[in-house]
Amino acid sequence: MNSLIKSNRLAELQMDILRLQGFHSARNTSLDVELGPLKEAFPNGSFPLGAVHEFLSSRAEDLTSTSGFISALLALLLGNSGTALWISSSRTLFPPALKSFGLQPDRFIFIDLKKEKDVIWAMDEALKCGALSAVVCEIREIDFNASRRLQLAVEQSQVTGFILRKNYRQLNTTACVSRWKITSLPSAPIETLIDFPGITFPTWRVELLRMRNGKSGAWDIQWINGKFVPLYNLVSVLTEQKIKTG
Amino acid sequence: MAKRFVSIWFRHLATDWFSLRQPLLKTLPFVLRAPSHGRMMITAANAIAEKKDIHRGMVLADARAIHPSLEVQDDKPEILDKLLRRLAEWCIRFTPVVAIDPFDGLLLDASGCAHLWGGDVSYLSDIEKKLTLRGYDVRIAMADTVGVAWAVARFGKHPLIIKEGMHIEALMALPPEALRLEPEVIERLHKLGLHHVRQFINMPRTSMRRRFGQYFIQQLNKAIGQEMELLEPVQPIEPYHERLPCMEPIVSATGIEIALQNLLETLCLRLQQEQKGLRTSVFKGYRVDGKIEQIEIVTSRPSHNVKHLFKLFELKISTIEPALGIELFVLEALKVEDHLPQQSTMWEGSSGLEDVRLAELVDRLASKVGMHAIHRYVPDEHYWPERSFKSAVSLHEKLTTHWRVDKERPLQLLPTPERIDVTAPIPDYPPMLFRYKSKIHTIVRADGPERIEQEWWLQQGQHRDYYRVEDEEGNRYWLFRLGHYHDKIYLWFIHGFFA
Repeated sequence: MNSLIKSNRLAELQMDILRLQGFHSARNTSLDVELGPLKEAFPNGSFPLGAVHEFLSSRAEDLTSTSGFISALLALLLGNSGTALWISSSRTLFPPALKSFGLQPDRFIFIDLKKEKDVIWAMDEALKCGALSAVVCEIREIDFNASRRLQLAVEQSQVTGFILRKNYRQLNTTACVSRWKITSLPSAPIETLIDFPGITFPTWRVELLRMRNGKSGAWDIQWINGKFVPLYNLVSVLTEQKIKTG
Repeated sequence: MAKRFVSIWFRHLATDWFSLRQPLLKTLPFVLRAPSHGRMMITAANAIAEKKDIHRGMVLADARAIHPSLEVQDDKPEILDKLLRRLAEWCIRFTPVVAIDPFDGLLLDASGCAHLWGGDVSYLSDIEKKLTLRGYDVRIAMADTVGVAWAVARFGKHPLIIKEGMHIEALMALPPEALRLEPEVIERLHKLGLHHVRQFINMPRTSMRRRFGQYFIQQLNKAIGQEMELLEPVQPIEPYHERLPCMEPIVSATGIEIALQNLLETLCLRLQQEQKGLRTSVFKGYRVDGKIEQIEIVTSRPSHNVKHLFKLFELKISTIEPALGIELFVLEALKVEDHLPQQSTMWEGSSGLEDVRLAELVDRLASKVGMHAIHRYVPDEHYWPERSFKSAVSLHEKLTTHWRVDKERPLQLLPTPERIDVTAPIPDYPPMLFRYKSKIHTIVRADGPERIEQEWWLQQGQHRDYYRVEDEEGNRYWLFRLGHYHDKIYLWFIHGFFA
């Protein structure tokens, strides 16, 4: 009995700390339901909205899987009426394809800029606009100060930002709440029961390299009809390591 | 309200222009020449030359005989038009309606303006002082009609300000030239001994029309105010515009911001009362040296929100060069649309495309990077991938067709398809491997082909056979073969990446 009170008390304190750190629990509960296995990594078990997430990609193939993963998240985030901004200096995204992720491509506004500096500026401006649900920006480099400015902007407006670092040169510290890396996996591997001849649903290895107040991890998942489904019961690699060492 | 007009006559416009560029000419008898019928004619003479009895229209050789050391330069008739326009634009600081009086003058509609300068006398003396300082020899007259102001400026004796209602009396003593008539009519009037307007102004109109024509009667009526004379302003007056003259020339950015804020507040208040919102607006600064500095903004939906509009202008204020100072600020709303205020409050916070805050964000971005950088896409009815969507005109453009979902499309599409080397076994089978960016990809899985034909009414060329392929690592590509396999002249391309 005593231990139960103690653990309840601890959970409460944890919540208080999170609140003090500026973490707001998600408003969008459907997002958490559909997130499947990834949910465990997030603080309070809900995807942090009103924060900036960083995604790494080095090749065109990775860029595609990363933007696919972001589109999947956006589909859950935008719902029926949300609007998103996609800022880039070298956009290759094909708008009609967003439809296959359950998004309305006409609810996106694309900003195509020439200079990286303008991309950061536009991102900063966009994140201050509470009318948007999400802002995605493709950028090569972002320094710590710039990322902190973005983080401060979203704390005011509660917009969710996604930074897609493509062809980045060096990995620096940023103020982003998380850092992800998405790579593609062969579709329908031998382990699954159905041996489908053609190309199946998008299949990714999702690596969560860093998560503030959460746990990092890696999952092999498939995106099936608007849901993240684990490819096979894969225990988060890094947590497994932690258990071993800890 | 009684109409008041000002006529400015530049007595030596062309020679003044030359003297301003070559100050030495001010002290010399100086004329401009141009060839006419094989002779050199004088087209303009300055004040010193005129004193020596050298006038325009003389043959240059005759003038040289009178005064051998005469300074002569080639005339530039094309500059006069431009110069007058510049001067007219400069004069907008005195009244919004300034018209060009061809060849050597300006006409100002000064109705309701003079009291701002403390009366007619100080109004005219201010214009005269400023123009004289700029180096122009002017005669300026003011009267109730354009005709009399024009006449008095050229032919009247001092004082050149004709009091209200006295314009007909002022006209009496002037010669018929003062009525702006054709030369033949003037000549005929003089032949008949009619050397002053008073001699014929009361004659029966019907007989005068028979002798001198309709134009004569028209000009006479215009001068005495029986017929309206409309001025054609150099800059058309925008129905929505605000002016802010400054006591002292403004040179600092803070000063410009205060002026802008003031103007926006008055303009927006008016727009709000009339339930309008502006789409395009220009903020102009009239500089002391006669140049006009201006910045323009465009909004994506009608707005009369001072804060928002100020933010849009703010980004561009740094491009204004005040130089010696700005005397007058003008804010014009070039394009105004209906804007119902209750609508904006209703959509606020809906977090959709209708949200005002989103439109304001788009404006802010557009004012810095240009509208061409901002795109929204709607589907278009084409199978050809590059044409399957089009740019929407506005944030609110409705879809005319649906986004297609029956065929898989790549998430990333290369702007132009890139050539690849491919090994393909038999016709219409997907390739076994391909080389892209010097890396060989072995294909494990494939879907296809999906044939997309050229839309021959838009573009000629080969069809494309698309394959979705997946390599060993699970990367997915969109490849196509251009043309038939058996034609032996087919090419393989990579066009996109699937997630």
